[in-house]
Amino acid sequence: MARLTVDDLKKIKEEYKSTLTLREGGSRAKITVHMGTCGIAAGARKVMEAVLDEINKNNVKDVIVTNSGCAGLCSKEPMATVEIINEAPVKYVQLNEDKIRKIFKEHVMEGSAVQDYALVVGSETAY
Amino acid sequence: MLCGGTGCISGGSLKVKNALTEELIKRELQDEINVVVTGCNGFCAKGPVMTVYPEDIFYEKVTVDDVPVIIEEHFIKGRPVERLLYKEPIKKQTIPLMRDIPFFNLQVLRALRNKGLIDAEKIDEYIARDGYQAAAKALTEMTPEQVINELKRSGLRGRGGAGFPTGMKWELCSRVKGDSKYILCNGDEGDPGAFMDRSIMEADPHVVLEGMIIGARAIGADKGYIYVRAEYPLAVHRLQLAINQAKEYGLLGENILGTGFNLDIEIYLGAGAFVCGEETALMRSIEGKRGMPRPRPPFPAQKGLWDKPSVLNNVETYANIPQIILNGADWYKSLGTEKSTGTKVFALTGAINNVGLIEVPMGIPLRKIIFDIGGGISKGRKFKAVQLGGPSGGCIPEHLLDTPVTYEDIVQTGAIVGSGGMVVMNDLNCMVSVAKFFLEFTTDESCGKCPPCRIGTTVMLDILTNITEGRGKEGYIELLQDISQDIIATSLCGLGQTAPNPVLTTIKYFRDEYESHINEKWCKTGVCKELCTFYVDEEKCKACGACKRVCPQSAISGEKKVPHRIEQSKCIQCRSCYEACKFDSIKIGPRSMREKLMETTDQEALKEIYTAAIAAKEE
Repeated sequence: MARLTVDDLKKIKEEYKSTLTLREGGSRAKITVHMGTCGIAAGARKVMEAVLDEINKNNVKDVIVTNSGCAGLCSKEPMATVEIINEAPVKYVQLNEDKIRKIFKEHVMEGSAVQDYALVVGSETAY
Repeated sequence: MLCGGTGCISGGSLKVKNALTEELIKRELQDEINVVVTGCNGFCAKGPVMTVYPEDIFYEKVTVDDVPVIIEEHFIKGRPVERLLYKEPIKKQTIPLMRDIPFFNLQVLRALRNKGLIDAEKIDEYIARDGYQAAAKALTEMTPEQVINELKRSGLRGRGGAGFPTGMKWELCSRVKGDSKYILCNGDEGDPGAFMDRSIMEADPHVVLEGMIIGARAIGADKGYIYVRAEYPLAVHRLQLAINQAKEYGLLGENILGTGFNLDIEIYLGAGAFVCGEETALMRSIEGKRGMPRPRPPFPAQKGLWDKPSVLNNVETYANIPQIILNGADWYKSLGTEKSTGTKVFALTGAINNVGLIEVPMGIPLRKIIFDIGGGISKGRKFKAVQLGGPSGGCIPEHLLDTPVTYEDIVQTGAIVGSGGMVVMNDLNCMVSVAKFFLEFTTDESCGKCPPCRIGTTVMLDILTNITEGRGKEGYIELLQDISQDIIATSLCGLGQTAPNPVLTTIKYFRDEYESHINEKWCKTGVCKELCTFYVDEEKCKACGACKRVCPQSAISGEKKVPHRIEQSKCIQCRSCYEACKFDSIKIGPRSMREKLMETTDQEALKEIYTAAIAAKEE
């Protein structure tokens, strides 16, 4: 990979900002599984595997699956954030394989958030 | 407050923000009205949305064209713009919004700004969130003096616990002449119950590297080490990946960003001793020697790692630095108090509903952290104390919960802000045992170099063990206080100088517990097994059988509707029955009661002892 200059830094910023914010790149939704030590200990890997399995089974191409660090509420791990384009992100807590599969079906595929597992709507950080 | 969530941004909220800022400057209102971009409010369908304070007026679907109208009508004439006011949707939102939940709305994320948001293993996602922009600014637009000045003005103080002003530390080192200097990062987080640094390293490793690049630029270092606990494998893995990626991008190594500046960073795995978090011991450990502190001066700024000028900062300190360089000292100072600026990350654990990692503005009262953000005490129990600062800190009782979290105010209580561990304790905790727990830790971790710490903590631990096992004598409390003063005054490093704090604060605020342990041989919380007797208040007992079911010894007898009774010869004081009882009918008496109960088999005599004990308690 090439060594960057200050201008390159700005270019990368613009390019990846649109991916992070789902604005471009053709993705319709993003699922973030929070995988810090606390999340993994509580079973986040199984949740992640279930998401990937659903993606494969349904042959979904327009959903980004990614992982991230601790979301801050260790006692409610495993957690995941689901964001559909042009909608507020929803944070789900105390997940397991079955719950994330239901969320995948109802929220990601059919567009309505699963209230029983959701903790909160919104994000803490501005882009 | 303008929403900067993804939904509102695609609706054009950043354009609205720029228009607002421009228009305010045009009308010279920029000093009176602040434009702040916030996280997603959850009203994306109505976006871009905006809230105007202090009136708390909420506008929806704001466009660039609306900006002059809002400023003219609302800001100048004080008439909210009707047309843009938020209209309640017919279908109510059923999942709560972040701004309605204290856990989220009382937090301000700065050091944790990327937590749970970016993929820690992708440098591009970090760059997308302004990553390495501050390093670029420090390297191309600022002189080392300017960087140091900005940091000094920001008021940032070391987040590892001591709270030494970071800018001053850098300045001292930058003034020392030397052919090679070192920039070091302390990730040897060792306080029981603390996991702030681990979470930052796991969630956002690049921010640590960027902070170090800026520090290296300020002091003129070309080599850096990150000292991380070997017990943090995920943090080590992600940091190493981050270093590799940064090297590939030319953000570390030689000629960074084409500026001619060089910096190489390596990870050094911790040696597994708590004392290695002390700065001089940490440096010895990196040199490959046994991690032991040495006297200061000379300070590490003059003679540190391999006797070269060195600066050591904590992970969280570094995580704050890029934002200070990008947004300026005034932005940073806008939160917190005069002497404790900015925000602080805490690891909230113990008997609390929301266990987690939080970041709050300095100056927030402890009560707000525990009861609003933390959601109060779990399992409906009562708050007893909060322990701040780990083995170096102290326990703060209920009546001091309105103390603001600042370096100065917390020290007044006898505790310290420390690195950010916050352990909440409920009424089931015995404070003598808590003090003993922390002292066991420091006695174990004392490196043994200086006698006050090595011998002093051992003697104190002996005394505490005697007290908790029923061998307490009059005068022990004063003896503990005396030894504490000697250890504090004569220990070589911070470990010894602060080790007595948990004992001193528990004596200060919970002296009655020490006294009842010593004089009455009575641990009223039932933690110290040799100092308690469990018995049933037969008036209150509903004979529900809950205690009977949990007793591992089958020591509880009693049929339905007959008050239960604990057979003392079988009881092992595990306290399961006490915690299981919903009617507060299991009581804890002093040890002497147990002997009396075991001597007699006469039912009436037993009953008399129970009644007498309860009557005595009620007095």
